[in-house]
Amino acid sequence: MKFSLTWLKDHLETEASAEEISAALNGVGLEVEGIENPADKLGGFVVAKVLTAARHPNADKLQVLTVDTGSGDPLQVVCGAPNARAGMIGVLGLAGAVVPNGGFELKKSAIRGVESNGMMCSVAELGLGDDHDGIIELPGDAPVGMAFAEYHGADPVFDVAITPNRPDCMGVYGIARDLAAFGLGTLKPIAVQQVPGSFPCPLPIRTDDPQGCPAFYGRAIRGVKNGPSPQWLQDRLKSAGQRPISALVDITNYVMLAYGRPAHAYDLAQLSGAIFARRAVEGETVLALNGKEYTLTSEMTVIADDKGVHDIAGIMGGEHSGCSDATTDVLLEVAYFDPTRIGDTGRNLNLTSDARQRFERGVDPAFLDAGLALLTELIVEICGGEPSEIIRAGTPPAGIREVALEPALVERLGGVAIAEDEQVRILAALGFHSTRVEIGQGRKTWRVQVPTWRPDVDGGPDLVEEVVRIHGLDNIASTPLPRADGVVRPTATAEQLLERRVRRAAAALGLHEAITWSFISEREAEAVGALRQAQGERLWVLQNPISEDMKVMRPSLLPGLLSAVRRNMDRGASSVRLFELGRRYLADGEHPTLVLVLAGERSPRSWQGGKAQGFDAFDAKAACLELLRVAGAPVDNLQVMGEAGDTYHPGQSATLRLGPKVQLASFGMVHPSTLKAFDIGVPVAVAGIHLDAIPAKKASGFARSAYAPPALQAVTRDFAFLVDAALPAGDLVRTVKGADKANIVAVRLFDDFRGAGVPEGQKSLAVEVTLQPGEKSFDDVELKAIAERVTAAAAKLGGVLRG
Amino acid sequence: MDHAATREEALARIAAAQDLGTLEALRVEFLGKQGSISGLLKTLGAMSPEERQVAGPQIHSLRESVTEALATRKSGLETAALDAQLASEVIDLTLPAPETPRGTIHPVSQVMDELAEIFADMGFSVATGPEIEDDWHNFTALNIPESHPARAMHDTFYFPDKDAEGRAMLLRTHTSPVQIRAMLAQGAPIRIIAPGRVYRSDSDATHTPMFHQVEGLVIDRNITLGHLKWTLETFLKAFFEREDIVLRLRPSYFPFTEPSVEVDVGFALVNGKRVLGGSGDEPGHGWMELLGSGMVNRKVIAAGGLDPDEWQGFAFGVGVDRLAMLKYGMDDLRAFFDGDVRWLAHYGFSPLDVPTLSAGVGARA
Repeated sequence: MKFSLTWLKDHLETEASAEEISAALNGVGLEVEGIENPADKLGGFVVAKVLTAARHPNADKLQVLTVDTGSGDPLQVVCGAPNARAGMIGVLGLAGAVVPNGGFELKKSAIRGVESNGMMCSVAELGLGDDHDGIIELPGDAPVGMAFAEYHGADPVFDVAITPNRPDCMGVYGIARDLAAFGLGTLKPIAVQQVPGSFPCPLPIRTDDPQGCPAFYGRAIRGVKNGPSPQWLQDRLKSAGQRPISALVDITNYVMLAYGRPAHAYDLAQLSGAIFARRAVEGETVLALNGKEYTLTSEMTVIADDKGVHDIAGIMGGEHSGCSDATTDVLLEVAYFDPTRIGDTGRNLNLTSDARQRFERGVDPAFLDAGLALLTELIVEICGGEPSEIIRAGTPPAGIREVALEPALVERLGGVAIAEDEQVRILAALGFHSTRVEIGQGRKTWRVQVPTWRPDVDGGPDLVEEVVRIHGLDNIASTPLPRADGVVRPTATAEQLLERRVRRAAAALGLHEAITWSFISEREAEAVGALRQAQGERLWVLQNPISEDMKVMRPSLLPGLLSAVRRNMDRGASSVRLFELGRRYLADGEHPTLVLVLAGERSPRSWQGGKAQGFDAFDAKAACLELLRVAGAPVDNLQVMGEAGDTYHPGQSATLRLGPKVQLASFGMVHPSTLKAFDIGVPVAVAGIHLDAIPAKKASGFARSAYAPPALQAVTRDFAFLVDAALPAGDLVRTVKGADKANIVAVRLFDDFRGAGVPEGQKSLAVEVTLQPGEKSFDDVELKAIAERVTAAAAKLGGVLRG
Repeated sequence: MDHAATREEALARIAAAQDLGTLEALRVEFLGKQGSISGLLKTLGAMSPEERQVAGPQIHSLRESVTEALATRKSGLETAALDAQLASEVIDLTLPAPETPRGTIHPVSQVMDELAEIFADMGFSVATGPEIEDDWHNFTALNIPESHPARAMHDTFYFPDKDAEGRAMLLRTHTSPVQIRAMLAQGAPIRIIAPGRVYRSDSDATHTPMFHQVEGLVIDRNITLGHLKWTLETFLKAFFEREDIVLRLRPSYFPFTEPSVEVDVGFALVNGKRVLGGSGDEPGHGWMELLGSGMVNRKVIAAGGLDPDEWQGFAFGVGVDRLAMLKYGMDDLRAFFDGDVRWLAHYGFSPLDVPTLSAGVGARA
């Protein structure tokens, strides 16, 4: 909402400066988004008198003027305006001044060989209007030498953001009322002059849609003369950012912007039969004033005559029945439309307008007659004409509500004590009338009548807000929240602790934490889950995505990270280590997940290592196990199993499970087809951890179990077995470990050899077995017995001890 | 018998020995079982006491000097050998060592940890809620009526799905539904913050369709706007680690609070960047909008299953990405969600930068 200081002063008696007004507006909750002062751009321009005017010796269309600037010697100025002549008073831009329209700086110069010390300016050049036919002519009493900014008068324009609960401030008058209540001046009452009609309204007016249009007031004015509106009116509209069109249109806009009361003026000659509000017929079309055609539905209210639609009710008039310069008779429409209906219609048509903004917030239902009177008065004054009698079809809602206010509520909610009479004063200044009432047992409270222009107020807290905002939020003292004794208690939940630990552990492993979009494209979702979808897994697909790339809630974090890998590779990265900790969105809910990707080089080529080394599945396995350990998962009990999914390389991927049904994680190399789908040219190792599948740790105290190092030192024995090449090494390790649980405490596989000396189809696996003696050291007999148990266990897997 | 010549010769040969093998051979030659000096010692047994009294010390002296010479020479040779070995083992330590990859924590996570730490000190715990919400929790319970513009398709991402109760499913547009969930789940009194991802159908230089918010909620018996003001001041001073943070409260409107307050914070322009601190009314300063807040609307408290005649409180919401940008100086929101390893290395945080109150929650550049 934009308005000039002059306009504000039409309604508010005040001496306050623009700065004071701006601070007050912010203080009462009318946020000032900017103040623009046209005078700020007029530095260097002075009121000047042309003393002499002579033909330019070298140019027919130029004159050489001598100009009195009120001080010093007259200046010589070359001027091309036809209306420049001796004796006139105009505006001179001195050297150094910046011309507002064009932004160029004036300099002393020679024009066709004649020195010029400035420029006599037109209205357009000063940015004060469109007139550029000649230089400005000021009245004869304009004081020569005065700064033009001062002469023109500073008229700053405020740009104020109005919150949706304040339809009353969608007019300058409402803003003036808030400022007056704040103590910035005195609100001038609206002078409504009822203009009696001298003949019956020539058209019947009615509302056939009392739901959408409960009230439709109107009258005709005949014999008007349309044309440009007067300067004062144009100035006000321009300050609001509106272009003046014609007196009749400008007057309806003015009443809307000044009082928040939209109205419409029809060219009576274009209407036939009756004019009335009704529901649109499904599919009916109307060409609106913005030149666009709209197709309407039966949920929308329109104003129509017997022939067709003339107005999308409360939103925009029709092209064909608007007022033009040829209009001689007008029909005024001042109606009340249902706010919800207006909002729905506007949204469905994707059409916004000043009228819609006001109607959908709720205009003052008690201001129809006043609005009609103001319009009539202005039209008769400016355009002449003779008004008809008024037809009032329907009844606007009463809009009268009463709210109880217990004065103590202001302090209880607002945290600031405000005397009862001051509360009542503030409310009265805003138009609320308070009456003291007994509520039994000697207790008293206030019954507050809410003004019709405040549809937002319906409870005690609303009144507290009114009182507190006018009293000033700055006057509220900061009050510390009560604090529990002692130091802070821990607040983080187990899930939050787990996420924090895992996140920092992943970064400590050398991975960068990324945050990628929660939504991915259908193509990407397919690339990582075609199989799952084929099995009927339902995805969350947005009904109104912002783009096709952001349509499906990710069922996996992998697509976002792979896309990030591609972008990094495209930027020339040779090694990308990323992880993300976020949610997967599945039909059964949102699952906290960590996914890490290792793409490109694990180590670059180097003087030590030679060629660059790429990441492999074991890098992913190592990181995955470390993060699971940090997360508190029982890593020693995890089984390496298959079925990691079709995004993985089928031969280089695995899952980590606690029993066949509980999958905690998967890791491996990404399937080449998946990489291709993401346009990635290097192998990528990946691991994913389902954080919500990790069993919660049992609650425990702080003390650790007692430390009891074994009395005797452990011994190690190496064994090498020939086994089938397809035997998973992990099976051998687990079997060997179980061969003698009393003595074997660890088994570490340290060699996997195929080739010379190993039969085709077999491999040699070597393990280091750690034996822990108890009370006494192992003797040879015992060691031999343990070795036999190890060998026998391996034999069950077809393992043959190598000699 | 004089051993001077023997001594001289032996010492000369020991001194001339060039390696440990030669030296060992000399030791055997002189002092071994069959050694020449050992042989001399053996002659003592056959001597008369008088002879022995003269010859004994001479032979022993000879043996001692040879033994000492052998030891000295051996140590000399060993030192020389070690020196030679070390000289051959010189490496160029200007060569690069293997690089340790350095990982980072995303600024959003870091700031969320900072928020958790600060608010924990004020007695707040961290609450979470689903991002795929129903329209009751996201709108209706928060007193946002059916016709409110925020519900329009152009602001909110909807799913075609309905939940079991027929509620339209959508992506939460703010973290405020966590208010409702927390009240319903834990009752009152309550002090929580709820950070998380939120979504709006908006995309330009300063808006992304996904961003992060943190919600704050305090419900108790005697909570006022004064507590809200103190909480926000205390939080912002702790977060920016500046005592000169100045807030300006402006009355505003949000459906879920009444009264509603927008909070501006004063800043100074330093080299074209906004640096928080000082009043926005000082010369060269300005105010910027940072937070929305207010006293929780009675209807919202009722929707949370609490009696609004008994319980009241405040709520606030602020952008986490915005806080991160203001504190750590990033200027492009879109870069937050790009996964550019160069950006992450530049703006990310060491995993060791765990925010603590004793160290200061912020990580200095």
